[in-house]
Amino acid sequence: MPLQSLDIRRRSATTIQPPAARVEAIPEVAKLIDTTKCIGCKACQVACMEWNDLRDEIGINAGVYDNPPDLSSQSWTVMRYAEYENPKGDLEWLIRKDGCMHCDDPGCLKACPSPGAIVQYANGIVDFQEENCIGCGYCISGCPFDVPRISKKDKKVYKCTLCSDRVAVGLEPACVKACPTGCITFGRKDQLQHDAAERVVELKTRGFDQAGLYDPQGVGGTHVMYVLHHADDPTLYSGLPKEPKISPFVRLWKGAVKPLALGAMAFVALAGFLNMVRGGASETTAKDEEAAQREKEKMHV
Amino acid sequence: MSEPSGEIPRHSVLDRILHWMLVLAFFAAVASGFALFHPSLFFLTALSGGGPWNALLHPFFGLAMMLFFFWFAIPHWRVNLIGKRDIQWLKQFIDVMTHNEEVLPEQDKYNAGQKMLYYILMLCMIGLLLTGFPIWRHYFSGYFPVDIVRLSLLTHAFAAFVLVASVIGHASFAVWVKGSIRSMFKGTVTPGWAYKHHRAWFRQMIRPGGGGGH
Repeated sequence: MPLQSLDIRRRSATTIQPPAARVEAIPEVAKLIDTTKCIGCKACQVACMEWNDLRDEIGINAGVYDNPPDLSSQSWTVMRYAEYENPKGDLEWLIRKDGCMHCDDPGCLKACPSPGAIVQYANGIVDFQEENCIGCGYCISGCPFDVPRISKKDKKVYKCTLCSDRVAVGLEPACVKACPTGCITFGRKDQLQHDAAERVVELKTRGFDQAGLYDPQGVGGTHVMYVLHHADDPTLYSGLPKEPKISPFVRLWKGAVKPLALGAMAFVALAGFLNMVRGGASETTAKDEEAAQREKEKMHV
Repeated sequence: MSEPSGEIPRHSVLDRILHWMLVLAFFAAVASGFALFHPSLFFLTALSGGGPWNALLHPFFGLAMMLFFFWFAIPHWRVNLIGKRDIQWLKQFIDVMTHNEEVLPEQDKYNAGQKMLYYILMLCMIGLLLTGFPIWRHYFSGYFPVDIVRLSLLTHAFAAFVLVASVIGHASFAVWVKGSIRSMFKGTVTPGWAYKHHRAWFRQMIRPGGGGGH
C-alpha cells in the first residue's frame, strides 16, 4: 500500500493499534525556536502563508507589532511581541513565534471523537486530517496551548502541520527555510536538544543565568521547543504556560469513565430484560378487575 | 369518573403526543450524542448523515428534547410530590419486584419510582441544557472560558449517562407492567390496573365527581 502512511503512532478515536508492522526506528523530529536569536521579521509567518496557501483577512493595526493579532484558521503561526521590563529597569523585547507545539501526548488527539481526524506520526508530528474532521471543536478544549482554530467557512479545525508534507519528502518546514537569523532549526529531536544545551551554556556566560530549553514534560515533551532567556518564567513570553498539561477534566472525560458508563447502561438494560425472564410481566388479572368492580359498587351505593 | 367503556382516563391526548414526541427527540439526541460518546459508537453518525451533520444537528435534537420534556413535565409537578407513603413504598421495593402489591402502601397517580424518575430526569435535562451551550462550538463556545467548556464536556457526558440509564429503567418497567404502554397510546387503563398499581389514585378517580388526578 504505497499511498498510505505506515508511520502512524496514534490515531484519534481509535481503540485499536494502528498499523505497526514496520520496525525500523523512525527518529523523532523537532523544531527548535531560539527566541534569543529572533529579530521579529515575520519571514516565518509569510513562509507559512506561502507554502500552505493561506491568506488571512486584512485586519487593523492594534498599536502593537502583533499582526495578525491571534492565530486563526488562516494564520497557523504568529509572532507575539512582549515588552518586558527586567528587574534592572531595562526593556527586553521578548518575541515568540507561536503555533502548535506538537505535544508528544497531544490533548487535541485525546479529545477528538472522530476516528482519524487527528494523527500523530511516528516522528512525533501531530497532524489534523481535515477530511475526517466533523467540526465539533473538542480538540480546542483538549489543547493546553490554545492553538487549534475552527474555520467559519468550512467548520473544520486548522493548525500548524509542522509542514508534514515537506518533512515527508526530506525538506525542512517552510518557516525554518525562511528564517534569516537561524533562529528556527529543524532536525532530530535529540540532536536539537544537544544544540539547545550548548546554546544555553553560551547564554549563561552572557548574563542570562536563567536561560534554558522549553520542552515541557507535562505533555510528554514537545516537538516544537523554545530556547528562552527566562526559562524560569515562560509566561513572560506572551503567556507561554509554565507547566502545561492536559486538563484533568479532559482526562476524566476521555478516560475510563466512558467505557464504564457504557457498561453500566448495558447492565441496566440487561437487568430489565432478565427481570422479565425471571418473574414474567406484572399483569392485571381478572381478580384485580373484580376487586376494582367491588370498590366501585361500594362507592356508588 | 370513567370512560363509556368503563376504563379510567390516565393520559390526556396532549400528554400522549408530548410523550411520544419526547421519545423521538430523545432517540435523535441520544443516537447523535452516543456517536461522539465513545469511538465504538461513532458508526451512529451515519444516522444523522455523517460526522459533520452529526455535530451540526445534535444540539438542535437536544433542544427539541428539552422543549418536549419541559412542556410535558412541568405541568406534572403536583402529582409528583413525594409523600410518606412513597418512602415506605421504596423501602419495600423487594415487594414491588416480587408482585406483592397487597402489602405495599397505596400509590398515587405516579408511584414513588416514577416520581424519582421525574426528579432525576428533571436534573439531567437541566444539566444537559446548561452544559450544552458552552460546548456548542459553532455559536457559543467562544463566550466561555476554556475550563468551563472542559467541565461542561465532562458534565454533559455524565448527565447523558444518568439520563439514558434512567430511561432504560423506565422503558423496562413500562414493558414489565402490562397495560402501561397501552395506556400511553390509548390514554386509558382498566379499573383493575388502576386498582392494582395506583390504588389511591383509583379511589380518587371513582369517587363521584372525582377525576382530579391529572
